[in-house]
Amino acid sequence: MNKIAKLFVTFFSAITLALVSFTSSFAKVEGEYIVLGSAISLTGKYSSNGVHTQNGYNMAVDRINKMGGVEVQGKKYKFEIIYYDDESNPKRAAQLAERLIKQDGVHYMLGPYSSGLTKAIAPVTEKYKIPMVEANGASRSLFTKGYKYLFAVLSPANQYLEVAIDLAVEKNGGKGVKIAQAFEQDAFSQDVRLGILDAAKRTGSEIIIDDKLPKELNDMAATLAKVKAVKPDVLVVSGHTKGALTAIRQISEMKVDVPMLAMTHCDAAKLSKQHGKKSEFALCASQWHKNLSYKDKFFGSGKKYAKDFQKEFGYDPPYQSAESSAALLVFKDAFERANSFDRDAVRDALVDTEMQTFYGNIKFGPGGQNVAKPMILFQVRCKGDDCENRVVAPTKWASDKFYHPIPKWSERS
Amino acid sequence: MDFLIFKAPMLMVQASLDGILLGILFALIAYGMALQWGVMNIINIAQGDLVILGGYIAYTIYLWGIHPAWGVIISPIIMFFVGWGLYKLVINKVVDRDLFISILATFGIAIVFQQLMNFIFGADVVVAQSEYGTTMLFDNSVTLPNSKIFSAFISVLYAIALVIYMRKSKLGRAIRATAQNARAAKILGVDTEKVYAATFGINAALCGIAGALISITLTLHPYVGLPYTVRSFMIVIVAGLGNLPAVAVSGMGLGLFEEFADYILGTEFRIGAVFLLLVLILVYRRFKLSKKREYLK
Repeated sequence: MNKIAKLFVTFFSAITLALVSFTSSFAKVEGEYIVLGSAISLTGKYSSNGVHTQNGYNMAVDRINKMGGVEVQGKKYKFEIIYYDDESNPKRAAQLAERLIKQDGVHYMLGPYSSGLTKAIAPVTEKYKIPMVEANGASRSLFTKGYKYLFAVLSPANQYLEVAIDLAVEKNGGKGVKIAQAFEQDAFSQDVRLGILDAAKRTGSEIIIDDKLPKELNDMAATLAKVKAVKPDVLVVSGHTKGALTAIRQISEMKVDVPMLAMTHCDAAKLSKQHGKKSEFALCASQWHKNLSYKDKFFGSGKKYAKDFQKEFGYDPPYQSAESSAALLVFKDAFERANSFDRDAVRDALVDTEMQTFYGNIKFGPGGQNVAKPMILFQVRCKGDDCENRVVAPTKWASDKFYHPIPKWSERS
Repeated sequence: MDFLIFKAPMLMVQASLDGILLGILFALIAYGMALQWGVMNIINIAQGDLVILGGYIAYTIYLWGIHPAWGVIISPIIMFFVGWGLYKLVINKVVDRDLFISILATFGIAIVFQQLMNFIFGADVVVAQSEYGTTMLFDNSVTLPNSKIFSAFISVLYAIALVIYMRKSKLGRAIRATAQNARAAKILGVDTEKVYAATFGINAALCGIAGALISITLTLHPYVGLPYTVRSFMIVIVAGLGNLPAVAVSGMGLGLFEEFADYILGTEFRIGAVFLLLVLILVYRRFKLSKKREYLK
């Protein structure tokens, strides 16, 4: 037994050694390839969004490589990504980031999925001065730590639902409104909450219910009973996909009448598909929608991107995929402007980024967040049993008029 | 705002009914736990994950176009065999061992189940639609989803059926005998191995029913099993083993306590309040036991 055990140990250490020496032969730029690294959630609780992110990255890599790649000092390079599965676990993500940088010699990183995991990885990339362009960490706290190598193509979390409050105030004739809100107790949702608090202050609105939902909770009956009793003008809910699905289920079952319902994660939760007509009139914050009129030369327009994505992966791209694809466009642009593979030169080029992609305009603020792109709001609208997300704000891209107030349950068929 | 509930009496009615309906569902899960804890002396950490698996079975038939309420019949049948298989595969190796070993083993099972469900059903949160509508009371000021009433009704029905089965059937008597004294039961010709397997199967079947009910009242996700384990553990601790009426009362009590804690302490302390209550009860029990000196070794 002992001998066998020893044999095993030797065997495994040999393999590990072989793997280590093999992988470390990858460097930042290998032959004609620029190697990027990413720890991503392929298993665990974030695995569906992790896969959306990976598909977005892969789609952009293929497209850029096919259209001539990245030109640095007159030579054409192609992108390649090393992925590791972080199991949706922040500790594992930080380890893998370290491994990508130290063992695999990666000099440029792409972000993981979710604010929590990005928060775990950012200190590592910062320590080794590795530029990271991330597309799925929106928490405001990522952009207030003074990170110098972190760049996010998406709008920060506090902007998610601010627009909704402005809209409610506008509908109320410019007067402040009464807000009821329920937010999950996690970094992202609490940042969305901070945005609402700011908006309430700015517009003179009053917050009359401010519930914080425990992460384990999948029952909002108590919060909704309170909402029924105090009759607010707006109900705001943010608790990832679970929060969105629970809210719609219980609002429809308890017949809670509110003039306006604003949420996050409606598209990730496939709200219009899972709840159908019950989700009609819900207002949802989104980073991107295919109907927006942004353009670039790689993907054309949002609609074209959605079509190509559908063809390749067999489903409509959620915004998580679109923003992930945009991250690679940013990298390509930065490499070409830096005209070098020096990490600091690339980092400086990233700072000066100012471009339009199919996903939106991108320009980084001092904290690394994208300041050039507004959030959009869509509203679930149904024709018969067929429900769809229609953009209603900002007005520039609105395909439909914002329906307000939501009809009472007794008047809905 | 915190004491809104005292200003609006209808909220009190709403909270009580919500709490009781939810509590009955918890009591069903807790009864399964109490049963196999009593018989086999195993604390099943995977209890909540069995519930979620049961829910996914109901969700699967819903995807096939069958009404998810049929899940309360199909899901327990499948789950019984899952439980039986689990016993033969893992539990029978830890059943006579230290309580700690069985906690570790079932904790391992919980992790495996979570990952398997994630792998098979995906990490998305899902719901099954029962389209049962809503019952409105007191001029619409109190609303009760019919799906919750249905789930409480089914839970009570199954609980009664199980009590009768335990009293009247041969296997039921064998299970009760084994719970009282496994060695004596064995000497008198009870096949305790079979009894254990059946008990674990029945527990899994109860979880299956609860899961199917959860798929139409709440939401499903591969990683939300633990709160159900904790709640049923709590109910069993309060009620004691092998006492169904106490489990039912304690389940409803917990449901009520949670709802009222939500209104009075705030939603953020809802689950915290449950844990605090658990600690208080454990301390109280320990205090009582130390007076009796029963557990001094």
